[in-house]
Amino acid sequence: MSGPAASFDDLRDLYQEVILDHGRKPRNHFRLEAFDASARGDNPMCGDRVELFIKMDGPRIGQASFLGRGCAISQASASLLTEAVPGLTPDEARALSARLREIAKTGARDDSTPALQRLSALSGVHEFPSRVKCATLAWHALEAALDGTKETSSE
Amino acid sequence: MNDMAPRLDVARIRQDFPILSTTVRGRPLVFLDSGASAQKPRAVIEAMTRCMETAYANVHRGAYHLSEVATEAYEAARAATARFLGAAAPEEIVFTRNSTEAFNLVAHSFGRAMLKPGQVVLVSEMEHHANLVPWQMLRDAGLGIGLRFIRVTDAGELDMEDYARHLAQGDVGLVSVTHMSNVLGTVTPAARIAAMAHEAGAKVMFDGSQAAVHRSVDVQAIGADFYAFTGHKLYGPTGIGILYGRASLLEAMPPFLGGGDMIETVTLEHSTWAAPPARFEAGTPPIIEAVGLHAAIDYVNAIGLPAIEAHERALVEHASATLARIPGLSLLGTPQDRGGVFAFALDAAHPHDLATFLDRRGICVRAGRHCAEPLHTRFGLDGGTARASFGLYTTEAEIDALAEGLEAAREFFA
Repeated sequence: MSGPAASFDDLRDLYQEVILDHGRKPRNHFRLEAFDASARGDNPMCGDRVELFIKMDGPRIGQASFLGRGCAISQASASLLTEAVPGLTPDEARALSARLREIAKTGARDDSTPALQRLSALSGVHEFPSRVKCATLAWHALEAALDGTKETSSE
Repeated sequence: MNDMAPRLDVARIRQDFPILSTTVRGRPLVFLDSGASAQKPRAVIEAMTRCMETAYANVHRGAYHLSEVATEAYEAARAATARFLGAAAPEEIVFTRNSTEAFNLVAHSFGRAMLKPGQVVLVSEMEHHANLVPWQMLRDAGLGIGLRFIRVTDAGELDMEDYARHLAQGDVGLVSVTHMSNVLGTVTPAARIAAMAHEAGAKVMFDGSQAAVHRSVDVQAIGADFYAFTGHKLYGPTGIGILYGRASLLEAMPPFLGGGDMIETVTLEHSTWAAPPARFEAGTPPIIEAVGLHAAIDYVNAIGLPAIEAHERALVEHASATLARIPGLSLLGTPQDRGGVFAFALDAAHPHDLATFLDRRGICVRAGRHCAEPLHTRFGLDGGTARASFGLYTTEAEIDALAEGLEAAREFFA
Protein backbone atom coordinates (compact mmCIF):
# COMPACT_ATOMS: atom_id res chain seq x y z
CA MET A 1 0.00 0.00 0.00
CA SER A 2 2.90 2.34 0.61
CA GLY A 3 4.62 2.64 -2.73
CA PRO A 4 6.50 5.67 -3.99
CA ALA A 5 3.25 7.44 -4.78
CA ALA A 6 2.05 7.08 -1.20
CA SER A 7 5.31 8.46 0.14
CA PHE A 8 4.93 11.46 -2.14
CA ASP A 9 1.42 12.06 -0.74
CA ASP A 10 2.90 11.94 2.76
CA LEU A 11 5.32 14.68 1.81
CA ARG A 12 2.54 16.81 0.31
CA ASP A 13 0.59 16.36 3.55
CA LEU A 14 3.57 17.52 5.54
CA TYR A 15 4.66 20.31 3.22
CA GLN A 16 1.29 21.75 2.31
CA GLU A 17 1.44 24.84 0.13
CA VAL A 18 0.70 27.12 3.09
CA ILE A 19 3.69 25.63 4.98
CA LEU A 20 6.06 25.99 2.03
CA ASP A 21 4.78 29.52 1.47
CA HIS A 22 5.23 30.61 5.09
CA GLY A 23 8.55 28.77 5.23
CA ARG A 24 9.87 30.66 2.22
CA LYS A 25 8.31 34.01 3.10
CA PRO A 26 7.78 34.15 6.84
CA ARG A 27 5.29 36.84 7.93
CA ASN A 28 6.07 39.25 10.78
CA HIS A 29 9.70 38.25 10.59
CA PHE A 30 11.29 41.11 12.49
CA ARG A 31 11.93 42.24 16.02
CA LEU A 32 9.16 44.47 17.44
CA GLU A 33 10.61 47.81 18.47
CA ALA A 34 8.61 47.82 21.68
CA PHE A 35 7.27 44.61 23.11
CA ASP A 36 5.76 43.48 26.40
CA ALA A 37 6.82 39.87 26.35
CA SER A 38 9.36 37.75 24.51
CA ALA A 39 10.93 34.33 24.77
CA ARG A 40 13.36 32.22 22.82
CA GLY A 41 12.70 28.63 21.87
CA ASP A 42 15.67 26.41 21.07
CA ASN A 43 15.78 22.95 19.70
CA PRO A 44 19.18 21.80 20.93
CA MET A 45 19.21 18.64 18.82
CA CYS A 46 18.85 20.36 15.48
CA GLY A 47 19.66 24.01 16.11
CA ASP A 48 16.22 25.36 15.23
CA ARG A 49 15.56 28.64 16.98
CA VAL A 50 12.58 30.96 17.31
CA GLU A 51 12.57 34.23 19.22
CA LEU A 52 9.07 35.56 19.72
CA PHE A 53 7.97 39.12 20.53
CA ILE A 54 4.52 40.02 21.87
CA LYS A 55 3.01 43.49 22.20
CA MET A 56 -0.14 43.76 24.27
CA ASP A 57 -3.11 46.00 23.46
CA GLY A 58 -5.00 46.28 26.73
CA PRO A 59 -5.95 42.78 27.88
CA ARG A 60 -5.37 41.33 24.40
CA ILE A 61 -2.34 40.52 22.27
CA GLY A 62 -1.93 43.43 19.87
CA GLN A 63 0.93 42.25 17.71
CA ALA A 64 3.33 39.32 17.45
CA SER A 65 6.58 38.94 15.54
CA PHE A 66 9.50 36.58 15.46
CA LEU A 67 13.08 36.05 14.45
CA GLY A 68 14.51 32.63 13.88
CA ARG A 69 16.27 30.09 11.81
CA GLY A 70 15.54 26.51 11.08
CA CYS A 71 13.57 24.14 8.92
CA ALA A 72 10.49 25.05 6.88
CA ILE A 73 8.17 23.53 9.49
CA SER A 74 9.53 25.45 12.47
CA GLN A 75 9.64 28.76 10.63
CA ALA A 76 6.23 28.35 8.99
CA SER A 77 4.71 27.44 12.33
CA ALA A 78 6.17 30.59 13.91
CA SER A 79 4.94 32.68 11.00
CA LEU A 80 1.42 31.24 11.27
CA LEU A 81 1.50 31.87 15.00
CA THR A 82 2.21 35.56 14.58
CA GLU A 83 -0.89 35.80 12.37
CA ALA A 84 -3.07 33.73 14.68
CA VAL A 85 -2.60 35.25 18.12
CA PRO A 86 -3.29 39.00 17.70
CA GLY A 87 -6.71 39.77 19.22
CA LEU A 88 -6.54 36.88 21.70
CA THR A 89 -6.23 37.20 25.46
CA PRO A 90 -3.25 35.33 26.94
CA ASP A 91 -5.59 32.58 28.12
CA GLU A 92 -7.13 32.23 24.67
CA ALA A 93 -3.64 32.11 23.17
CA ARG A 94 -2.64 29.35 25.59
CA ALA A 95 -5.76 27.41 24.66
CA LEU A 96 -4.95 27.81 20.96
CA SER A 97 -1.42 26.61 21.66
CA ALA A 98 -2.77 23.51 23.40
CA ARG A 99 -5.03 22.81 20.41
CA LEU A 100 -2.13 23.24 17.98
CA ARG A 101 -0.01 20.78 19.91
CA GLU A 102 -2.87 18.32 19.85
CA ILE A 103 -3.25 18.73 16.08
CA ALA A 104 0.50 18.21 15.55
CA LYS A 105 0.57 15.14 17.74
CA THR A 106 -2.57 13.37 16.52
CA GLY A 107 -2.91 14.64 12.98
CA ALA A 108 -6.60 15.37 13.58
CA ARG A 109 -7.54 18.57 11.78
CA ASP A 110 -9.68 21.11 13.62
CA ASP A 111 -11.88 23.17 11.31
CA SER A 112 -14.04 24.68 14.07
CA THR A 113 -12.61 28.20 13.63
CA PRO A 114 -10.85 29.87 10.70
CA ALA A 115 -7.66 30.19 12.79
CA LEU A 116 -7.62 26.50 13.64
CA GLN A 117 -8.46 25.59 10.08
CA ARG A 118 -5.38 27.48 8.96
CA LEU A 119 -3.17 25.96 11.67
CA SER A 120 -4.42 22.53 10.72
CA ALA A 121 -1.98 22.75 7.83
CA LEU A 122 0.52 21.57 10.43
CA SER A 123 -1.40 18.34 11.03
CA GLY A 124 0.83 16.48 8.56
CA VAL A 125 3.74 16.38 11.02
CA HIS A 126 2.09 13.66 13.12
CA GLU A 127 3.28 11.16 10.50
CA PHE A 128 6.85 12.28 11.21
CA PRO A 129 7.45 11.89 14.97
CA SER A 130 10.89 13.48 14.81
CA ARG A 131 9.39 16.62 13.26
CA VAL A 132 6.55 17.28 15.72
CA LYS A 133 8.89 19.35 17.86
CA CYS A 134 9.64 21.55 14.85
CA ALA A 135 5.95 22.44 14.60
CA THR A 136 5.55 23.10 18.33
CA LEU A 137 8.76 25.09 18.96
CA ALA A 138 7.23 28.54 18.40
CA TRP A 139 4.21 27.62 20.54
CA HIS A 140 6.46 26.61 23.42
CA ALA A 141 8.08 30.03 23.05
CA LEU A 142 4.63 31.67 23.05
CA GLU A 143 3.68 30.00 26.31
CA ALA A 144 7.05 30.87 27.84
CA ALA A 145 6.64 34.50 26.78
CA LEU A 146 3.15 34.68 28.27
CA ASP A 147 4.43 33.03 31.46
CA GLY A 148 7.34 35.45 31.66
CA THR A 149 9.94 32.72 31.09
CA LYS A 150 12.75 33.78 28.78
CA GLU A 151 13.94 30.52 27.29
CA THR A 152 12.38 27.24 26.42
CA SER A 153 12.99 24.18 24.37
CA SER A 154 10.69 21.77 22.64
CA GLU A 155 12.83 18.78 23.60
CA MET B 1 40.30 2.67 -9.14
CA ASN B 2 43.83 1.30 -9.11
CA ASP B 3 43.79 -2.09 -10.83
CA MET B 4 46.35 -3.39 -8.38
CA ALA B 5 44.15 -2.59 -5.41
CA PRO B 6 42.35 -5.53 -3.83
CA ARG B 7 38.75 -5.77 -4.96
CA LEU B 8 35.74 -5.99 -2.80
CA ASP B 9 32.60 -7.76 -3.96
CA VAL B 10 29.95 -5.35 -2.72
CA ALA B 11 27.01 -7.38 -3.96
CA ARG B 12 28.20 -10.39 -2.00
CA ILE B 13 29.01 -8.31 1.07
CA ARG B 14 25.53 -6.78 1.08
CA GLN B 15 24.06 -10.25 1.44
CA ASP B 16 25.88 -10.51 4.78
CA PHE B 17 23.77 -7.66 6.19
CA PRO B 18 20.15 -8.75 6.64
CA ILE B 19 18.85 -5.20 7.05
CA LEU B 20 20.15 -4.12 3.65
CA SER B 21 17.59 -6.27 1.87
CA THR B 22 14.67 -4.62 3.64
CA THR B 23 12.57 -1.93 1.98
CA VAL B 24 11.39 1.45 3.23
CA ARG B 25 7.93 2.39 1.99
CA GLY B 26 8.32 0.07 -0.96
CA ARG B 27 11.75 1.35 -1.89
CA PRO B 28 15.07 -0.35 -1.22
CA LEU B 29 16.83 0.93 1.87
CA VAL B 30 19.67 3.32 1.00
CA PHE B 31 21.55 3.57 4.26
CA LEU B 32 23.94 6.51 4.18
CA ASP B 33 24.34 7.04 7.91
CA SER B 34 27.03 4.51 8.76
CA GLY B 35 29.13 7.27 10.30
CA ALA B 36 26.53 7.53 13.07
CA SER B 37 26.23 3.78 13.48
CA ALA B 38 26.89 0.98 11.03
CA GLN B 39 24.65 -1.97 10.18
CA LYS B 40 25.49 -5.44 11.43
CA PRO B 41 26.55 -8.48 9.43
CA ARG B 42 25.02 -11.87 10.15
CA ALA B 43 28.38 -13.03 11.56
CA VAL B 44 28.07 -10.51 14.41
CA ILE B 45 24.41 -11.21 15.06
CA GLU B 46 25.02 -14.98 15.14
CA ALA B 47 28.13 -14.78 17.31
CA MET B 48 26.21 -12.83 19.95
CA THR B 49 23.25 -15.18 19.80
CA ARG B 50 25.56 -18.21 20.01
CA CYS B 51 27.27 -16.71 23.04
CA MET B 52 23.95 -16.30 24.82
CA GLU B 53 22.67 -19.69 23.77
CA THR B 54 25.74 -21.77 24.50
CA ALA B 55 28.58 -20.00 26.24
CA TYR B 56 27.26 -17.33 28.56
CA ALA B 57 28.07 -16.68 32.21
CA ASN B 58 29.67 -13.79 34.06
CA VAL B 59 33.41 -13.46 33.55
CA HIS B 60 36.38 -13.48 35.92
CA ARG B 61 34.27 -14.98 38.70
CA GLY B 62 32.94 -18.48 38.67
CA ALA B 63 35.30 -21.41 38.97
CA TYR B 64 32.99 -23.40 36.79
CA HIS B 65 33.34 -24.35 33.20
CA LEU B 66 30.78 -21.99 31.66
CA SER B 67 32.30 -18.96 33.33
CA GLU B 68 35.73 -20.04 32.13
CA VAL B 69 34.44 -20.34 28.58
CA ALA B 70 32.87 -16.88 28.76
CA THR B 71 36.04 -15.42 30.28
CA GLU B 72 38.12 -16.94 27.49
CA ALA B 73 35.81 -15.47 24.87
CA TYR B 74 35.91 -12.05 26.52
CA GLU B 75 39.72 -12.06 26.72
CA ALA B 76 39.98 -13.39 23.17
CA ALA B 77 38.06 -10.30 22.06
CA ARG B 78 40.63 -8.15 23.84
CA ALA B 79 43.48 -9.95 22.12
CA ALA B 80 41.78 -9.59 18.72
CA THR B 81 41.27 -5.87 19.35
CA ALA B 82 44.93 -5.48 20.34
CA ARG B 83 46.01 -7.13 17.07
CA PHE B 84 43.51 -5.01 15.11
CA LEU B 85 45.09 -1.81 16.46
CA GLY B 86 48.69 -3.05 16.43
CA ALA B 87 48.94 -2.72 20.21
CA ALA B 88 51.96 -4.29 21.90
CA ALA B 89 49.85 -6.40 24.26
CA PRO B 90 46.18 -7.22 25.03
CA GLU B 91 46.62 -5.54 28.43
CA GLU B 92 46.77 -2.22 26.59
CA ILE B 93 43.11 -2.58 25.56
CA VAL B 94 40.41 -1.37 27.96
CA PHE B 95 36.79 -2.06 27.12
CA THR B 96 34.46 0.86 27.78
CA ARG B 97 30.85 1.58 26.83
CA ASN B 98 31.75 3.70 23.83
CA SER B 99 34.36 6.21 22.62
CA THR B 100 32.78 8.87 24.79
CA GLU B 101 33.49 6.85 27.91
CA ALA B 102 37.08 6.29 26.75
CA PHE B 103 37.60 10.07 26.61
CA ASN B 104 35.96 10.54 29.99
CA LEU B 105 38.18 7.81 31.41
CA VAL B 106 41.35 9.49 30.19
CA ALA B 107 40.16 12.97 31.20
CA HIS B 108 39.25 11.79 34.67
CA SER B 109 42.15 9.46 35.36
CA PHE B 110 45.12 10.68 33.34
CA GLY B 111 43.85 14.25 33.26
CA ARG B 112 43.35 14.71 36.98
CA ALA B 113 46.26 12.61 38.22
CA MET B 114 48.98 13.17 35.68
CA LEU B 115 48.49 16.59 34.14
CA LYS B 116 49.95 19.39 36.24
CA PRO B 117 48.46 22.78 37.10
CA GLY B 118 49.33 25.20 34.32
CA GLN B 119 49.33 22.48 31.69
CA VAL B 120 46.94 22.55 28.78
CA VAL B 121 44.90 20.03 26.82
CA LEU B 122 44.96 20.81 23.12
CA VAL B 123 42.03 19.72 20.95
CA SER B 124 40.93 20.96 17.53
CA GLU B 125 37.93 22.89 16.23
CA MET B 126 36.69 19.81 14.38
CA GLU B 127 36.22 17.52 17.33
CA HIS B 128 33.11 15.50 18.08
CA HIS B 129 31.63 16.63 21.39
CA ALA B 130 32.96 13.35 22.89
CA ASN B 131 36.48 14.73 22.51
CA LEU B 132 35.59 18.22 23.70
CA VAL B 133 33.14 18.19 26.59
CA PRO B 134 35.21 15.89 28.90
CA TRP B 135 38.13 18.32 28.52
CA GLN B 136 35.90 21.31 29.28
CA MET B 137 34.84 19.50 32.45
CA LEU B 138 38.49 18.85 33.33
CA ARG B 139 39.34 22.51 32.73
CA ASP B 140 36.46 23.57 34.97
CA ALA B 141 37.39 21.16 37.78
CA GLY B 142 39.56 23.77 39.50
CA LEU B 143 42.88 21.96 38.98
CA GLY B 144 44.46 24.74 36.94
CA ILE B 145 44.40 22.72 33.74
CA GLY B 146 43.70 24.72 30.59
CA LEU B 147 42.09 23.93 27.24
CA ARG B 148 43.06 25.31 23.84
CA PHE B 149 42.00 24.69 20.27
CA ILE B 150 43.90 24.02 17.07
CA ARG B 151 42.38 25.92 14.16
CA VAL B 152 40.84 24.20 11.18
CA THR B 153 41.63 25.63 7.73
CA ASP B 154 38.93 26.65 5.25
CA ALA B 155 39.59 23.39 3.42
CA GLY B 156 38.65 21.55 6.59
CA GLU B 157 42.12 20.36 7.53
CA LEU B 158 44.01 20.68 10.75
CA ASP B 159 46.08 23.89 10.65
CA MET B 160 49.48 22.34 11.31
CA GLU B 161 51.18 25.73 11.69
CA ASP B 162 48.69 26.71 14.35
CA TYR B 163 49.30 23.33 15.99
CA ALA B 164 53.07 23.99 16.05
CA ARG B 165 52.47 27.45 17.56
CA HIS B 166 50.44 25.94 20.41
CA LEU B 167 53.09 23.32 21.10
CA ALA B 168 55.82 25.97 21.07
CA GLN B 169 54.23 27.58 24.10
CA GLY B 170 55.63 24.67 26.09
CA ASP B 171 52.57 24.12 28.27
CA VAL B 172 50.73 21.39 26.36
CA GLY B 173 50.40 18.22 28.43
CA LEU B 174 48.02 16.32 26.16
CA VAL B 175 47.01 16.64 22.52
CA SER B 176 43.65 14.98 21.79
CA VAL B 177 42.47 15.15 18.19
CA THR B 178 40.41 13.18 15.75
CA HIS B 179 42.03 10.73 13.36
CA MET B 180 39.13 11.28 10.95
CA SER B 181 36.48 13.98 11.23
CA ASN B 182 32.89 12.73 11.47
CA VAL B 183 31.71 15.80 9.55
CA LEU B 184 34.43 16.79 7.10
CA GLY B 185 35.75 13.30 6.46
CA THR B 186 39.24 14.73 6.92
CA VAL B 187 41.86 12.14 7.79
CA THR B 188 44.49 13.82 9.95
CA PRO B 189 48.25 13.11 9.73
CA ALA B 190 48.30 11.10 12.95
CA ALA B 191 51.96 10.02 12.95
CA ARG B 192 53.11 13.60 12.35
CA ILE B 193 50.75 14.91 15.02
CA ALA B 194 52.10 12.36 17.51
CA ALA B 195 55.75 13.05 16.67
CA MET B 196 55.27 16.79 17.11
CA ALA B 197 53.43 16.27 20.41
CA HIS B 198 56.14 14.01 21.76
CA GLU B 199 58.86 16.41 20.72
CA ALA B 200 57.08 19.07 22.79
CA GLY B 201 56.85 16.70 25.76
CA ALA B 202 53.10 16.11 25.41
CA LYS B 203 51.12 12.88 25.27
CA VAL B 204 48.72 12.32 22.41
CA MET B 205 45.27 10.75 22.14
CA PHE B 206 43.29 10.08 18.97
CA ASP B 207 39.58 9.78 18.38
CA GLY B 208 39.52 6.84 15.99
CA SER B 209 35.75 6.37 16.00
CA GLN B 210 35.62 7.02 12.25
CA ALA B 211 39.20 6.24 11.21
CA ALA B 212 39.36 2.71 12.63
CA VAL B 213 36.44 1.78 10.39
CA HIS B 214 37.92 3.12 7.18
CA ARG B 215 41.69 2.77 7.48
CA SER B 216 44.05 0.23 8.96
CA VAL B 217 45.36 1.64 12.20
CA ASP B 218 48.67 0.79 13.86
CA VAL B 219 48.90 2.62 17.16
CA GLN B 220 52.60 1.81 17.52
CA ALA B 221 53.46 3.04 14.03
CA ILE B 222 51.44 6.21 14.70
CA GLY B 223 53.03 6.64 18.12
CA ALA B 224 49.69 7.10 19.89
CA ASP B 225 49.63 7.16 23.68
CA PHE B 226 45.85 6.70 23.72
CA TYR B 227 43.48 5.72 20.93
CA ALA B 228 39.70 5.40 21.22
CA PHE B 229 37.08 3.87 18.96
CA THR B 230 33.70 2.22 19.27
CA GLY B 231 32.26 -1.15 18.32
CA HIS B 232 28.99 -0.08 16.77
CA LYS B 233 30.59 1.94 13.98
CA LEU B 234 32.79 -1.05 13.08
CA TYR B 235 29.74 -3.23 12.24
CA GLY B 236 29.73 -4.49 15.83
CA PRO B 237 27.22 -4.01 18.64
CA THR B 238 26.45 -0.91 20.65
CA GLY B 239 27.58 -0.82 24.27
CA ILE B 240 31.27 -1.53 23.75
CA GLY B 241 34.00 1.01 23.18
CA ILE B 242 37.73 0.58 23.07
CA LEU B 243 40.47 2.54 24.76
CA TYR B 244 44.02 1.71 23.77
CA GLY B 245 46.53 3.05 26.30
CA ARG B 246 50.28 2.62 26.31
CA ALA B 247 51.05 0.08 29.08
CA SER B 248 53.38 2.40 30.99
CA LEU B 249 50.66 5.07 31.11
CA LEU B 250 47.80 2.78 32.10
CA GLU B 251 49.94 1.32 34.89
CA ALA B 252 50.56 4.78 36.32
CA MET B 253 46.90 5.88 36.11
CA PRO B 254 44.39 5.68 38.96
CA PRO B 255 40.98 4.06 38.37
CA PHE B 256 38.10 5.88 36.73
CA LEU B 257 35.09 4.06 38.18
CA GLY B 258 35.15 1.99 41.36
CA GLY B 259 33.48 -1.35 41.97
CA GLY B 260 33.88 -5.05 41.45
CA ASP B 261 36.53 -6.52 39.15
CA MET B 262 38.84 -3.48 39.32
CA ILE B 263 40.25 -4.21 42.78
CA GLU B 264 43.04 -6.32 44.19
CA THR B 265 42.09 -6.36 47.88
CA VAL B 266 39.18 -4.68 49.64
CA THR B 267 38.64 -3.96 53.31
CA LEU B 268 35.77 -1.91 54.63
CA GLU B 269 38.02 1.14 54.72
CA HIS B 270 40.33 0.74 51.74
CA SER B 271 40.98 -0.99 48.47
CA THR B 272 43.98 -1.54 46.29
CA TRP B 273 43.70 -1.52 42.55
CA ALA B 274 44.03 -4.35 40.11
CA ALA B 275 46.52 -4.05 37.29
CA PRO B 276 45.32 -2.65 33.93
CA PRO B 277 43.15 -3.31 32.06
CA ALA B 278 40.99 -4.72 34.91
CA ARG B 279 41.65 -1.53 36.92
CA PHE B 280 39.55 0.37 34.38
CA GLU B 281 36.75 -2.16 33.96
CA ALA B 282 34.63 -1.84 37.08
CA GLY B 283 31.59 -4.08 37.32
CA THR B 284 30.31 -6.69 34.92
CA PRO B 285 31.75 -5.77 31.52
CA PRO B 286 30.01 -5.92 28.12
CA ILE B 287 30.59 -9.65 27.63
CA ILE B 288 28.17 -10.39 24.79
CA GLU B 289 29.17 -7.13 23.14
CA ALA B 290 32.85 -8.12 23.31
CA VAL B 291 32.00 -11.36 21.53
CA GLY B 292 30.13 -9.31 18.91
CA LEU B 293 33.05 -6.93 18.54
CA HIS B 294 35.41 -9.87 18.06
CA ALA B 295 33.16 -11.21 15.30
CA ALA B 296 33.06 -7.75 13.69
CA ILE B 297 36.84 -7.47 13.74
CA ASP B 298 37.14 -10.95 12.23
CA TYR B 299 34.60 -9.97 9.59
CA VAL B 300 36.45 -6.78 8.66
CA ASN B 301 39.82 -8.57 8.69
CA ALA B 302 38.50 -11.32 6.40
CA ILE B 303 37.52 -8.69 3.82
CA GLY B 304 40.71 -6.79 4.54
CA LEU B 305 41.13 -3.13 5.35
CA PRO B 306 43.18 -2.49 2.18
CA ALA B 307 40.20 -3.69 0.10
CA ILE B 308 37.76 -1.67 2.23
CA GLU B 309 39.99 1.39 1.86
CA ALA B 310 40.19 1.00 -1.90
CA HIS B 311 36.42 0.56 -2.16
CA GLU B 312 35.83 3.68 -0.09
CA ARG B 313 38.33 5.72 -2.07
CA ALA B 314 36.37 4.86 -5.19
CA LEU B 315 33.12 5.85 -3.44
CA VAL B 316 34.65 9.15 -2.25
CA GLU B 317 35.79 9.93 -5.78
CA HIS B 318 32.36 9.11 -7.20
CA ALA B 319 30.55 11.10 -4.52
CA SER B 320 32.84 14.12 -4.91
CA ALA B 321 32.18 14.23 -8.64
CA THR B 322 28.45 13.47 -8.35
CA LEU B 323 27.66 15.93 -5.58
CA ALA B 324 29.70 18.67 -7.26
CA ARG B 325 27.28 18.54 -10.21
CA ILE B 326 24.22 19.35 -8.10
CA PRO B 327 23.30 23.02 -8.39
CA GLY B 328 22.95 24.88 -5.10
CA LEU B 329 24.82 22.25 -3.11
CA SER B 330 27.81 23.27 -1.04
CA LEU B 331 30.12 20.71 0.47
CA LEU B 332 31.63 21.32 3.86
CA GLY B 333 35.39 21.02 3.56
CA THR B 334 37.64 19.95 0.72
CA PRO B 335 40.36 17.99 2.51
CA GLN B 336 43.10 16.27 0.51
CA ASP B 337 42.81 13.06 2.49
CA ARG B 338 39.13 12.26 2.96
CA GLY B 339 37.22 9.25 4.20
CA GLY B 340 33.65 8.38 3.23
CA VAL B 341 31.87 11.24 4.96
CA PHE B 342 30.23 14.20 3.20
CA ALA B 343 28.44 17.01 4.98
CA PHE B 344 26.61 19.48 2.76
CA ALA B 345 24.05 22.23 2.61
CA LEU B 346 21.48 22.70 -0.15
CA ASP B 347 20.27 26.20 -1.01
CA ALA B 348 16.62 25.27 -1.43
CA ALA B 349 16.06 23.22 1.70
CA HIS B 350 16.99 23.15 5.35
CA PRO B 351 18.90 19.97 6.32
CA HIS B 352 15.93 18.64 8.29
CA ASP B 353 13.48 19.15 5.50
CA LEU B 354 15.99 17.50 3.21
CA ALA B 355 16.41 14.49 5.52
CA THR B 356 12.64 14.05 5.78
CA PHE B 357 12.28 14.33 2.01
CA LEU B 358 15.05 11.79 1.37
CA ASP B 359 13.65 9.46 4.03
CA ARG B 360 10.46 9.23 1.98
CA ARG B 361 12.62 7.84 -0.84
CA GLY B 362 14.19 5.27 1.48
CA ILE B 363 17.41 7.25 1.84
CA CYS B 364 18.81 7.66 5.36
CA VAL B 365 21.05 10.68 5.90
CA ARG B 366 21.74 12.49 9.12
CA ALA B 367 20.72 16.13 9.54
CA GLY B 368 21.93 18.53 12.18
CA ARG B 369 25.28 19.38 13.59
CA HIS B 370 26.49 15.82 14.06
CA CYS B 371 27.75 16.36 17.61
CA ALA B 372 30.22 18.92 16.24
CA GLU B 373 28.50 22.22 16.94
CA PRO B 374 31.68 24.36 17.16
CA LEU B 375 32.78 23.11 13.75
CA HIS B 376 29.48 24.18 12.19
CA THR B 377 29.83 27.57 13.88
CA ARG B 378 33.39 27.78 12.48
CA PHE B 379 31.96 27.37 8.96
CA GLY B 380 28.99 29.70 9.59
CA LEU B 381 26.47 26.86 9.40
CA ASP B 382 24.70 27.09 12.74
CA GLY B 383 21.61 25.57 11.17
CA GLY B 384 23.55 22.39 10.54
CA THR B 385 24.18 20.27 7.49
CA ALA B 386 22.98 17.04 5.99
CA ARG B 387 25.53 14.25 6.06
CA ALA B 388 25.99 11.14 3.97
CA SER B 389 28.47 8.63 5.34
CA PHE B 390 29.53 5.35 3.78
CA GLY B 391 30.29 1.84 4.94
CA LEU B 392 31.92 -1.12 3.27
CA TYR B 393 28.50 -2.09 1.86
CA THR B 394 27.81 1.29 0.22
CA THR B 395 27.46 1.27 -3.57
CA GLU B 396 27.90 3.91 -6.25
CA ALA B 397 24.24 3.33 -7.16
CA GLU B 398 23.28 4.48 -3.66
CA ILE B 399 25.26 7.67 -4.14
CA ASP B 400 23.43 8.15 -7.45
CA ALA B 401 20.11 7.64 -5.64
CA LEU B 402 21.14 10.32 -3.16
CA ALA B 403 22.00 12.68 -6.00
CA GLU B 404 18.63 12.08 -7.68
CA GLY B 405 16.92 12.67 -4.35
CA LEU B 406 18.76 15.94 -3.89
CA GLU B 407 17.76 17.15 -7.34
CA ALA B 408 14.14 16.22 -6.64
CA ALA B 409 14.31 18.05 -3.30
CA ARG B 410 15.51 21.18 -5.07
CA GLU B 411 12.44 21.08 -7.28
CA PHE B 412 10.08 20.27 -4.42
CA PHE B 413 11.26 23.04 -2.12
CA ALA B 414 12.10 25.65 -4.78
